Amino acid sequence: MNEKVDVLIIGAGASGAAMAWSLADTRMRILCLDQGDWQNTSDFPSNGRDWEARLTEDFALSPNRRRLSADYPVNDDDSPIKISNFNGVGGGTILYAGHYPRLHPSDFRVRSLDGVADDWPIDYETLEPFFALNDRMMGVASLAGDPAYPEKDQVMGPIPLGRTGQVLGKALNDLGWHWWPSDAAIATREYEGRAPCINLGQCGSGCAQGAKGTTDLTYWPEAQRARVEIRPRCRVSRIETGPDGMATGAHYFDADGKEHFQPAEIVILACNGIGTPRLLLNSASGRFPNGLANSSGLVGRNLMLHPYAQIRGHFDQPMDGHRGSPICIWSHEFYETEAARGFVRGYCYQFSRGMGPVRTATTGMADGLLPWGEDHHDAFRRLFGHSAGMLAICEDLPEEHNRVTLDPDLKDANGIPAPKISYRLSENSRLMLDHSVERGVKILKAAGARDITTRAPLPYAGWHLMGTARMGTDPERSVVNEWGRSHDVKNLFIVDGSVFVTSGGVNPTSTIQAVALYVADQIKTRLYELFD
Amino acid sequence: MTQTMTDQAETPPFDDNDGTLLAIVGHMIPASARHGVPGADDPAIYADILRSVGRDRQALAEALAAVETRAGAGFAALSRAEQAAVLQEFRADEPALASVIEAVTARCYYRDDRVMASIGIEVRPPFPEGYAVEEGDLSLLDPVRARGPIWRAP
Repeated sequence: MNEKVDVLIIGAGASGAAMAWSLADTRMRILCLDQGDWQNTSDFPSNGRDWEARLTEDFALSPNRRRLSADYPVNDDDSPIKISNFNGVGGGTILYAGHYPRLHPSDFRVRSLDGVADDWPIDYETLEPFFALNDRMMGVASLAGDPAYPEKDQVMGPIPLGRTGQVLGKALNDLGWHWWPSDAAIATREYEGRAPCINLGQCGSGCAQGAKGTTDLTYWPEAQRARVEIRPRCRVSRIETGPDGMATGAHYFDADGKEHFQPAEIVILACNGIGTPRLLLNSASGRFPNGLANSSGLVGRNLMLHPYAQIRGHFDQPMDGHRGSPICIWSHEFYETEAARGFVRGYCYQFSRGMGPVRTATTGMADGLLPWGEDHHDAFRRLFGHSAGMLAICEDLPEEHNRVTLDPDLKDANGIPAPKISYRLSENSRLMLDHSVERGVKILKAAGARDITTRAPLPYAGWHLMGTARMGTDPERSVVNEWGRSHDVKNLFIVDGSVFVTSGGVNPTSTIQAVALYVADQIKTRLYELFD
Repeated sequence: MTQTMTDQAETPPFDDNDGTLLAIVGHMIPASARHGVPGADDPAIYADILRSVGRDRQALAEALAAVETRAGAGFAALSRAEQAAVLQEFRADEPALASVIEAVTARCYYRDDRVMASIGIEVRPPFPEGYAVEEGDLSLLDPVRARGPIWRAP
């Protein structure tokens, strides 16, 4: 049997890495297990001429497409939004675009402000120092003074506006709508051993330059220097409990398929909004027949995915093309509730540059803008290097019928049941998507775009996995308490997007990591009464 | 049902013995003397396509079978005009299958040296040279600043 550790963290992605680094100064023995491996920047697609092809192969967003040994299948047939993730040290930060907004102060008070969903048991002010700390650790580029947020520090200067940001920014000025350079976890100068961004344009498939803030390059080297151990290619199947109802450790399979038990004093889950409920549900036992930490019945429920709308257009003048960080500016003009719109809560836009030649061709043909035959070449040249657009990220309100369960038939390579997703769009989300498409088209027309295309909801956009082990003070209405500890199992913590009470209308990684750092701080503060 | 997830080994080239794929990609992206580019049925590009089908192997086989079914008696044996008519119907009726052929073709066509040079893109991977992007004029934000804070206090 493995030697007992003080803290076992499951998952080496955004939240697990932040947690490990923060707890390292306690000098406890800390071990992190991850089912994937370390990434090698020389393996990332932008090193090769086949860089676009690999985005749909071994760097595809869907684990069902990649089907690598680190992956597990996800049954998402019963969802209009398909699941995207990445399994490996760094987790989803390997494939994210580095777009890095925080939740807004109002996001933590949705019930009080708008009478829907629930308030969080913590607020923006509580998280603010951890947002700031995380920005420094991840190396966030931004421009101070964004009127959409309370004042926040600038770690380094923003990513370039480029032609895209300037053309669309002028259009937004004409409309009188908010915009600002995006906060991005992308180094715009040499920073803590990371080289500055050289505009490879491939943030979404690993950064060959190492400029993007991925936790294998930010938190993990620091945590390892502080003697945190990370054990890759180890897939946890279930968490074990003792007669006192406390977690005793976790069973896992190593790369050779051999099963082990890792004993631990504290178990921390950081497996994202699908992996975490999957593991809790698969940890059902005589003591916990409905799954671990599930006396509320809410493990796996309230899944939130952020419905996306995509609006893109083409311009007569050359734009940035595939060069530069894909996202350059954002708009939070429609973030807050306005009753006249017919829906509650709101969305933000992230404005994106163009595409490489392969994606220009495949999307152009799919959208009917690019014919087969002799006219293909002229049409291609009107599209390539001339496109820009936006994604609208709509706040997804929690609904209990949107959930993760265990698939009765489908299993991963180790025989562990696969997660099954049951999700439908709410009427509120549909109205919000429609609104975002209509306003997005207006922005593109104001900017002079032609050949405008829209998609809503965007099918392969289940990047943000939240809500399936929600935080709260009432054990009957939540899975973990206001500092991340399970109501039912007092040495079990959850720190990933599962604990989100509401989703906000922005990408969640910054907030996920701030919450992880906050929970780590709570653990350290309460260390001598942690299980009371 | 246990799903095997394995790190993909190199797979053998796609089998297009009856020439259906070759004929289709030639219709999709023909050579252009005016632009000085080969068609997707150029021997080097076609060989790259066959080598690079990857995870689309099964879907591509289904797409080609659907074309063959529409053609009746051998797509490659039809006249060029007859082939074009079959493909027009195929694209209209089965866009998902058509998109598979488009994807496997575009992935290789648009990384060919001759094609890349023609569309004005440097013939190299993005790394390590990277690209230049205009920093942009941050004074464009003056009207946004002038409006003042828009965030909602809880």
